[in-house]
Amino acid sequence: MEKEKQKTYEQDVIGDGVQSLQKVIAPHKEEGGRGVKYALIGISAAFLFVMLVLPLAVVISNAFRDGWMVFREAVMDEYTVKALQLTLLAAISAVTVNTIFGIFASYLLSKYYFRGRQVLASLIDIPFSISPVIAGLVFILTFGNVGWMGEFLKSHDIKIVFAVPGVVLATIFVTFPFVFRELFPVMNAQGKDEEEAAALMGAGGFRIFRRITLPHIKWALLYGIVLCSARAMGEFGAVSVISGHLRGKTNTLPLHVEILYNEFNTTAAFAVSSILVVLAVVILIIRSLIQQKGKER
Amino acid sequence: MYVEMKQINKTFDGFHASRDVSFGVEKGHLAALLGPSGSGKTTILRMIAGLDKPDSGDILIDGKRVNDVPGSKRGIGFVFQNYALFRYMTVADNIAFGLEVQKKSKAEIKSRVEELLELVSMEELGKRYPHQLSGGQKQRVAFARALAPNPQLLLLDEPFAAIDAKVRRELRTWLKEMIGQVKVTSIFVTHDQEEAVEVADTVIVTNQGRIEQVGTPEEVCRQPKTEFVREFIDSERFEAMAAVRGKQIRQ
Repeated sequence: MEKEKQKTYEQDVIGDGVQSLQKVIAPHKEEGGRGVKYALIGISAAFLFVMLVLPLAVVISNAFRDGWMVFREAVMDEYTVKALQLTLLAAISAVTVNTIFGIFASYLLSKYYFRGRQVLASLIDIPFSISPVIAGLVFILTFGNVGWMGEFLKSHDIKIVFAVPGVVLATIFVTFPFVFRELFPVMNAQGKDEEEAAALMGAGGFRIFRRITLPHIKWALLYGIVLCSARAMGEFGAVSVISGHLRGKTNTLPLHVEILYNEFNTTAAFAVSSILVVLAVVILIIRSLIQQKGKER
Repeated sequence: MYVEMKQINKTFDGFHASRDVSFGVEKGHLAALLGPSGSGKTTILRMIAGLDKPDSGDILIDGKRVNDVPGSKRGIGFVFQNYALFRYMTVADNIAFGLEVQKKSKAEIKSRVEELLELVSMEELGKRYPHQLSGGQKQRVAFARALAPNPQLLLLDEPFAAIDAKVRRELRTWLKEMIGQVKVTSIFVTHDQEEAVEVADTVIVTNQGRIEQVGTPEEVCRQPKTEFVREFIDSERFEAMAAVRGKQIRQ
């Protein structure tokens, strides 16, 4: 029982099916599976090269096509810096809100049993299944001038649509389930015995969370945060609809790239893209470090 | 009576887990809640612990009605079926946890932890983590942890279920001796009649949420009050066990 739990924990945290697959395949390698192995490696490598490595290389090489100065100018451009700031603001807000929410939601759904539990768990996944463009439109229809809450917001002088709050809201919406989805299976597998045992000894909610729940979900939590920030920084669809593309005001990096590209300012577009690429690579490194740490446990 | 249950009823989503449950356990006694799975014995234990609330009826501990007292204030120690050891804490920290919560001094905690490790003969293993222990060792840690804050009542949920048959008998004797040594009123849940009859002073037989009979092992075996008890308790096996025990005593 204990071992089983540990196993699901590892699988859920690390999500690494490849390793177990290797274990299955490994014993057969003596039986002439070598050719198959190299063929598979070749196909995978070729596919990855064409689909991932090549485009990224093109981004970087195009960014520097007109030399370092042009790249620098594009990256240091006032609007680019503003866009980067907004992207980071949106990402940090989304991660903060969704982490807090994700912890609460997974705690609730894994430690308590009540009617409608399944429904709630499925509702949280809605952002995964809705097109981001529709998510953006929903916000316009809710908070926009002609929208459902338009009159109220107008009379209180609150601007959400075509303003920074809208961009932040849309980002939060799109990245809503990420932390929850990482935490929930881990918490669910842990059961609630340890928490009950601690509560019976008189420990309060915060102590129980800090000493018992948190050590268990630590790596899954970090992993969820990383995934959430990656997605938040790259979000285009929902933000595009709700932002109104106001340069220096409601433009995020991905939107800025599109504007530059549409203005035939290709080099600048690629230069700005390279910022996103660098951010993505940093996240990728953090991600694998976390996976490594999680595996060691 | 140290623990008393009066007319307890409990339902979960329409499932009747307890029906008019009434019984008492005397101070210093070791009582067994015995019944087939789904008969409501764990529910009774969890209600005494305050982990579940009865729909109606009274729970009395030491003469006081505790229905509205939180479990942590009832002076109980609880041993979970799978021990529920804190897996990210060492054995010593597991035992110390309840004392830390009570804000005992460091020195006091240290000496109490050492005392308990000695009691369960695990002095050398204080720095280990739960996953480095065998089933029997885990149970001893869970037992020590439950006893750390000096509870007046010890509750054990299927304490031997997760242990393989070979060690089970040994642990049974050990647990009975330990409980006798620390003189704590105890109630444990089991579905194994041999376990109940061999370990307990009082056997409480449950079936479909009801209490079928309360009595000494001998009474339950020799004078079953209901048809269910007669069928559930294999009296021949009891006689055989009693004979073996008699022989052992004579020798």
